[in-house]
Amino acid sequence: MKEFKRQLPLQLMIIPGVIFMLIFCYYPIYGLTIAFKNYTVIDTLDSARWVGLENFKIIATDKYFWQSVTNTLGISLLKLLIGFTVPIILSIMIYELKDGPFKRVTQTISYLPHFLSWIILGGMVVNWLSTNGMLNNILLHIGILDEPKNFLLDSGKYWWIAVLSDTWKEAGWGTILYLATMAGIDPTYYEAAEIDGAGKMRQIISITLPMLKTIISLNFILTISNLLKSNLDQTLVLMNSQNQSKAEVIDSYVYRMGLTQGDFSYATAVGLGVSIVSVVLLLLANSVTKKLNEESVL
Amino acid sequence: MRNGKMNSTKVFNIINVTLVTIVSIIILAPVLNILASSFASSKCLAEGDFIFFPKELTLDNYRAVLNDSSIWRAYLISVAKTVIGVVTHLLFCSMVAYGLSKRYLKFRKFYTVMGVITLFFSGGMIPTYLLIKKLGLLNNFLVYIIPQLFSYYDVVILMNFFRQVPPSLEESAQIDGAGVWTVFMRIVMPLSKPALATIALFNGVFQWNDFMTAKLYITDQNLYPVQMKLYDIIVQQQAASMNTIGNIALETTSKGIQLSTIVVTTVPILIIYPLLQKHFVSGMTLGAVKE
Repeated sequence: MKEFKRQLPLQLMIIPGVIFMLIFCYYPIYGLTIAFKNYTVIDTLDSARWVGLENFKIIATDKYFWQSVTNTLGISLLKLLIGFTVPIILSIMIYELKDGPFKRVTQTISYLPHFLSWIILGGMVVNWLSTNGMLNNILLHIGILDEPKNFLLDSGKYWWIAVLSDTWKEAGWGTILYLATMAGIDPTYYEAAEIDGAGKMRQIISITLPMLKTIISLNFILTISNLLKSNLDQTLVLMNSQNQSKAEVIDSYVYRMGLTQGDFSYATAVGLGVSIVSVVLLLLANSVTKKLNEESVL
Repeated sequence: MRNGKMNSTKVFNIINVTLVTIVSIIILAPVLNILASSFASSKCLAEGDFIFFPKELTLDNYRAVLNDSSIWRAYLISVAKTVIGVVTHLLFCSMVAYGLSKRYLKFRKFYTVMGVITLFFSGGMIPTYLLIKKLGLLNNFLVYIIPQLFSYYDVVILMNFFRQVPPSLEESAQIDGAGVWTVFMRIVMPLSKPALATIALFNGVFQWNDFMTAKLYITDQNLYPVQMKLYDIIVQQQAASMNTIGNIALETTSKGIQLSTIVVTTVPILIIYPLLQKHFVSGMTLGAVKE
């Protein structure tokens, strides 16, 4: 305690951080208990009645919840297919460019969309896809469409809109880690391969990709553990009454049930259930890649 | 044989450059289309038969935005929340990080475990909402600032940076009678400018782009940041485009305002983008990326 007193000025710098964490991080974690309670507007966290797993039982038969799960998984799996692979290919393409202004300009352009908010991008997407927007204009000119249509009102197209707009925004930014890794590859590997007569494609397959293996696995694990997560900003700005059946994801469902309809306990139960499944997915993905790579990435 | 190899490399390079150019166009063209549209007259917008060069140019859309005091106000709120948010976040995080950077500190282990846990667990949307409500931060400007004061991630980054400050510098200042705070503010902080700048930039972009805080906790339109204002405009226009089939004039006027608001909201990001770019890689490797 004497030591603590002597360090008092330093300790006083940390105490505010500790208080912050207790209030803004640990108290909400304690607040998760309302998932097992029947919390109404007049209740406090402690006065609400315990109901055990009641809220979780309702989830099982909640049609709208399962619809949101389907949409979340559908969008996430498409993202895994497209949003995950495009940055890898793009980073190799950029890596193969000669250093110079062209390479710099390309990188500058491709990183930019990452810094636009989803609200700005959402507004752009709404305009591109509207009946008098850019996409209709192009498709009418080439003759693919006979008359203009508003793509955002077509629920069947929503998953693709969500995935492609997200890829458009994040693909360039996603190359940074890969490019940083590739910058560390010893150039003599390529020189040796060239002498042995390997073409560019051969070099990419036999040198570049194996060197990226660890970072790709790491990203893969993170993507898998995020399968049940969704982009709430994107959903809120692109969802409308026409496409809701395909656009509603778990996060927006939690938002709607909790904050719009005031069913706090049920919404918390949904959120908690999904987080637990996410942790399981993370552990599963890690053990699978561990088997494949014979080393754990986590 | 050797010649053939050279040729195949050449072909590869030509295809690669072409593909990269196409990718750049796919990224850039839609943005330029929005910029061009924001200068288009409502008649042009209704017809929509252009990509980069509308037939009739006008500044009406921007005039409408400049005359709308609620957008001005939202802009001001956004600037205030970004500036105040970044400064307080930096000061708060650095203060904690400086304390934690001293390895001999008592209870250090306990503090770090406490911090690491916050990186992996959170109460989620509803419990956090209930907390904010309990604290009286609903419809309060401070909700943009106080919950964003601290991030353990940024603390770790700063802590590692502070450790690189030569101890002899701090010691000699202490011998001259400087207290902990003087050493921190006069010596350690100025020497850590690169780390502070990186965190400030990413935190600033986060604050400017943040719309969820307002969506969750603010219903008072006077406190809307510009992102929330833009969201409202987009949602209203979407609803209008579904209901007022036939009333194209009304629809395209609001569309013009929407487009110019998008551009006006994007400009600050474009202004600091060159600065940001310098800090990309350090930001990435430091892990200071705000999703």
